[in-house]
Amino acid sequence: MTQAALARVAIAPEAPVPAQGPREFLTFRLGEEEYGIEILKVQEIRGYEAVTAIANTPEFIKGVINLRGTIVPIVDMRIKFNLSSANYDQFTVVIILNVAERVVGMVVDSVSDVISLGSEQVRPAPSFAAGLDTEYIIGLGTIDERMLILVDIEKLMASRDMALLEVIAE
Amino acid sequence: MAKTILAVDDSASMRQMLAFTLTDAGYEVVEAVDGEDALEKAKAKPMNLVLTDQNMPRMDGLDLVRALRRLPGYRTAPILILTTEAGEAIKSRGRAVGATGWLVKPFDPQRLLEVVHKVMG
Amino acid sequence: MTIDMTQFYQVFFEESAELLAEMERLLLALDAGAPQKEDLDAIFRTAHSIKGGGSTFGFSEITETAHVLETLLDRLRNGELSLSSEMTDVFLKAVDVIKMQLAGRQTGSSVDEAAVRDICTRLSTLGGREFNASPAAAVPVARRVAFGEGGERIVDPSPEKLFAILSAIEERPAEPAYGLFAESQAPGAQGQSPEPPAPSHPMRRASDAAGAAPARTGRRASDRADGERSSIRVSVEKVDQLINLVGELVITQAMLAEATSRLDAAVHQGLLNRMGQLERNTRALQESVMSIRMMPISFVFSRFPRVVRDLAAKLNKQVELKTVGEGTELDKGLIEKIADPLNHLVRNSLDHGIEPAEKRVAVGKDPKGTITLRAFHQGGSIVVEVADDGAGLNRAKILAKARERGFAVHEDMADKEVWQLIFEPGFSTADAVTDVSGRGVGMDVVRKNVRGMGGNVEIESRPGEGICISIRLPLTLAILDGMSIAVGKEIFIIPLTYIVESLQPAREDLSSVTGRGRLVHVRGEYLPVVPLREVFKIEAAHTDIHQGIMVIVESEGIKVALHVDELVGQHQVVIKSLETNYRKTRGISGATIMGDGKVALIMDVVALARGSYGPLLRAA
Repeated sequence: MTQAALARVAIAPEAPVPAQGPREFLTFRLGEEEYGIEILKVQEIRGYEAVTAIANTPEFIKGVINLRGTIVPIVDMRIKFNLSSANYDQFTVVIILNVAERVVGMVVDSVSDVISLGSEQVRPAPSFAAGLDTEYIIGLGTIDERMLILVDIEKLMASRDMALLEVIAE
Repeated sequence: MAKTILAVDDSASMRQMLAFTLTDAGYEVVEAVDGEDALEKAKAKPMNLVLTDQNMPRMDGLDLVRALRRLPGYRTAPILILTTEAGEAIKSRGRAVGATGWLVKPFDPQRLLEVVHKVMG
Repeated sequence: MTIDMTQFYQVFFEESAELLAEMERLLLALDAGAPQKEDLDAIFRTAHSIKGGGSTFGFSEITETAHVLETLLDRLRNGELSLSSEMTDVFLKAVDVIKMQLAGRQTGSSVDEAAVRDICTRLSTLGGREFNASPAAAVPVARRVAFGEGGERIVDPSPEKLFAILSAIEERPAEPAYGLFAESQAPGAQGQSPEPPAPSHPMRRASDAAGAAPARTGRRASDRADGERSSIRVSVEKVDQLINLVGELVITQAMLAEATSRLDAAVHQGLLNRMGQLERNTRALQESVMSIRMMPISFVFSRFPRVVRDLAAKLNKQVELKTVGEGTELDKGLIEKIADPLNHLVRNSLDHGIEPAEKRVAVGKDPKGTITLRAFHQGGSIVVEVADDGAGLNRAKILAKARERGFAVHEDMADKEVWQLIFEPGFSTADAVTDVSGRGVGMDVVRKNVRGMGGNVEIESRPGEGICISIRLPLTLAILDGMSIAVGKEIFIIPLTYIVESLQPAREDLSSVTGRGRLVHVRGEYLPVVPLREVFKIEAAHTDIHQGIMVIVESEGIKVALHVDELVGQHQVVIKSLETNYRKTRGISGATIMGDGKVALIMDVVALARGSYGPLLRAA
């Protein structure tokens, strides 16, 4: 990644404070938990297909796929979040994201629906014990009986933690 | 039918400026890179107006005017010489070979159109 | 109507750069004793065109310098003055100054005003005239645009401002900006102008009457003229978009070919024939699209006569520059990037390679040294060589230096390996190196740049006879010829240019050496074995190196044996970047999409070969 692009990521504005109007989130499941990400960051949803593995990368980076001629890395969030079962079956879904000027695929257990949350339905995130740092959480969304963990997916994917962007020092 | 103007200059930026301005004003523009090229193109297609630079490799503007005037279709067609010299020398030489008029470089698009409208009616 | 003049600037910048390069080339080729009139005319024209463009687009300072230069050139070509070598030097410096002024306009870089004034003064002095910042009205309109009414300099004339000035000028009756001769005759022309001035009809009649032959001749003549001269300027982005699309098409075609290859040829003969046709057409399309980006290397070579001339004079050495294969074409992107490394190598040859004349005579050489720039195609690569007939590298001194620096070197190292040492960072930056090897600073940067282009550098040197440094680059950055190999279930691509041979070694040819891993004995050489299953952490079919295949690759003088399960086939592959959406990955230089739609990774052979050499290079 170029220095300029890195700089862009670094100075990317903080996730906007929930605006007045409702925002739309795509919800998906990882193990027992339900997450939501801003629908605007989602390019498409696909089934899981065989990847080409890349050696010497973290385990959660499954490899790369050919998405209509573009090479796209695939990360498995279930491995990243240390969820015990990371099966690949006909329900396994890949959410193709458009974040930080890149296209990245994210493996999740299943995709539920798209919901609209007003600002009154979003509460600040408590300090969290799960695999996800609160830094990447916009807040908790509630709708009927469901609780959604709203993730700032752009910030998460651009983080050092995901090892997706930085250049390996030679 | 759009009128066709032959724009002759060995400088690509000058040709681009001429072509852009004239096309924008609704003319069809044929570009040529020097006198010989212009002569070929003038023979291949009738032009309503020829705008030519003076200083060019292979065949200069004055020679081009002289050659064009010998062609049946160009005895009376308007031909303007684009020149950086405003002195009497170029004017008398231009007149001698049969040019319609001259336009001093540099000129801006507005000025160009003004002259073009004037000679094309 | 307002037209934004800034939209034309880019073409003016490109054109001026070409004109200046042309002027420089002509000046360097000029015979000071007997200059040809047509060369002087051509040189004059380049200055004239730059002046004209400069004034049209409002770059007054460029017009100014070009004007002073043009004035002198005009007198020269008219025989009023005679050419001296001092003049040529000043002309070349003027070219540099105008380049600097252009760069100032184009990129906002700083312009050394003192240098501008100095060159204008020198040019004027050569013409035997005093330089005057506001000389008489030789170019009346330009002059006034440049300096405004009260000699006030308009630093950045906006189109509006320019137009305002021009309008003001128009009101001056003394020098009209345009005019028509013999207004009385003009109505004749004007009267006809609403309709095309009828040239076509007589011509058409003439050709009808004379049959088809004359018309054909006429058309052929104009066709040829078009072929020779007409060209269009297209942005590089558009070309790249086209190349990408063709790349996709090639992949789709490969997928179709794979899908249809399983069909019964007897039943589907028609379809298969057309698939063959499609493949040929696709290849032809790809080749011609790729050729759009190709440029002759003369674009880079052409700067060196000047570099050599100036530096040789400064170093007081006699040096002749020869260029071979200037028409060799390579990708535009590579053309831009190869200039710096070549400049470095040529300067090194001048500075440290070629000996002073007296030293050369003392060892029985021609007092005049020769530097040769050569470009040629070899397989799927282009090779650019910088050779000199100077002193060459000194093996003993390089080894001594390497030991001093803590490199693990030994006396038995092959020459090629020793020469590679001068590319090591920290090795060549020391000033003592000039002593040691005759090679100056920055060789590590040269190698880094070349590797950045996906290429490598090799050195051949003979003491007392000279040196030849070869830069090997891929022909383009978009496709490569590769060998696909299998390791376990994974397929990798090895660029064909690195492959020396593939073999199944006999048991007795394999040995293991403590601390240096396994070695394979091939034609008298012991090569380190690089097991790809370990490098890429794959469960391979053959963990035993006695089975499977050894692919011998060579990069930068280092040969290694890559241990793979099997060879799959040869393909031309479209290179896809991993970094677009992911990042740089060790051991991998890119990716491609295979006929079955899967991604295959392209091996970074240069890095693998280097890595295998661990004991030596890690010491640095």
